[in-house]
Amino acid sequence: MEAVIDIQGLSKSFGSHEVLKDINFSVDKGEVVTIIGSSGSGKSTLLRCVNLLEKPSGGKIIFNGENILDNKHDVHQYRRNLGMVFQQFNLFNNHNVLGNCVVGQMKVLKRSKEEAEKIALKYLKVVGMDSFVNAKPRQLSGGQKQRVAIARALSMEPDVMLFDEPTSALDPEMVGEVLRVMKELAGTGLTMMIVTHEMEFAKEVSDRVVFMDKGVIAEEGPPERIFNEPTQERTKEFLKRTLKQ
Amino acid sequence: MTLEWIFRIVEQYWPMFLRGAGVTLLIALIGTVLGGLIGLLAGIVRTIPTPERGLKKIGLKLINIVLSIYIEFFRGTPMIVQAMVIFYGAALAFGYHMNPIIAGVVIVSINTGAYMAEIVRGGIISVDKGQYEASQAIGMNHIQTMMNVVLPQVIRNILPATGNQFIINIKDTAVLSVISISELFFVTKTIAGNNYRYFEAFFVVCILYFIMTYTITLILRYVERRLDGPDNYVIAANPMDTAEDIKRKTQGM
Ligand SMILES: Nc1ncnc2c1ncn2[C@@H]1O[C@H](COP(=O)(O)OP(=O)(O)O)[C@@H](O)[C@H]1O
Ligand SMILES: [Mg+2]
Repeated sequence: MEAVIDIQGLSKSFGSHEVLKDINFSVDKGEVVTIIGSSGSGKSTLLRCVNLLEKPSGGKIIFNGENILDNKHDVHQYRRNLGMVFQQFNLFNNHNVLGNCVVGQMKVLKRSKEEAEKIALKYLKVVGMDSFVNAKPRQLSGGQKQRVAIARALSMEPDVMLFDEPTSALDPEMVGEVLRVMKELAGTGLTMMIVTHEMEFAKEVSDRVVFMDKGVIAEEGPPERIFNEPTQERTKEFLKRTLKQ
Repeated sequence: MTLEWIFRIVEQYWPMFLRGAGVTLLIALIGTVLGGLIGLLAGIVRTIPTPERGLKKIGLKLINIVLSIYIEFFRGTPMIVQAMVIFYGAALAFGYHMNPIIAGVVIVSINTGAYMAEIVRGGIISVDKGQYEASQAIGMNHIQTMMNVVLPQVIRNILPATGNQFIINIKDTAVLSVISISELFFVTKTIAGNNYRYFEAFFVVCILYFIMTYTITLILRYVERRLDGPDNYVIAANPMDTAEDIKRKTQGM
């Protein structure tokens, strides 16, 4: 398998607080990796380091065979290859649904308006939001916003999609519609890194599960193994705590 | 016979009042627009993230210090005094008097710019951090982020403050009479003095000022409502219609 992203010895500190310590792991093309772990264990920071919203303190991120952390690399150019979906949606408030999916394509990828709109509509259809092209973000429910945010990221046609707890800010009845879309995407061969607290979902869609604890990867492996026969004490404890709820 | 005098003054001097009101509006309008642009520029510069490299960092720091001095100085001194200093200072430096209306526009603009710079900076800072992060995550650089996502929201948000500044400027141009600009207040002083009718003349001008400011208020409210768009969205009938299709259909082709 060919690695899309290969993270080597990655570390991140905020001041003297070391949040990520010597993280090593890679994501293969077409692989769906979920990252689980208790709150504060560094899952978001890891994801944000991958697309350089946080600047790693040390280590390497190899993308297409090159370390994008050496100074030569253009951060903005690199980020085009990654789509990010945030917990808080972060739709552009000054654009309607279509505009949200079009603006990046036109300004960053320099696609023509016609082409950008065609691609945007294609992905809005995938997430089932194609009839809302004229709506403003403030007129949408949380689940609808998040589906548009997914379409916005997909419209850039990235190599990898990053999801940071995409359903954590949603009312319970809206979680399903977003997870359904993500499951569908996972089935299309899209490369995905997903931070989530939805254990059933993680079991179902993951090729690999990564369990993080206190800034390190404590254990990783196929979902059947991580959920059914974890080897680490802290993984067992975490799963017991989470699955009981 | 106060009432009679009010009518007589209006009847006799309305062209002068109108011209004065015109000058006031002109100075206030151009001053607000130019000041708004100065403030926008200053606010944008003051929120540029600090570059990592040496020379750029020092350059930006210097510019920021100059901007701070400008902002603090013009917010911290009365406009009437600034008018005197700039007008007579220019006369001293260049040996001739500026056109008073141009002097007035300059003074109002830089004064407004100082206030607007802070308003714009506040507006930029108050845009949710998530808006920046989403733009960055999509691959936009700082300029693209500002132009396509942040500033449109800032401009919408500072519109009420800008309108407010416009109204303040309409009233505050009155102090420009000290450098003999024939704006509304100056004109009224002349009319009042010629007739020894101070109450009546200033009563008329009081109403005039209010009509101007209240009209601006109404216009601004209308513009704000228009910018916010309709409260409801239309579910697209045929979702695969692009904007072009919709345009074509509504034009009946
Ligand atoms: N910008 C920041 N400044 C300082 N500390 C931070 C910052 N972001 C995250 N942290 C800290 O890093 C740790 C990991 O946070 P995070 O990656 O958000 O965890 P998770 O997503 O697993 O809940 C936490 O202790 C958090 O307080
Ligand atoms: Mg998190």
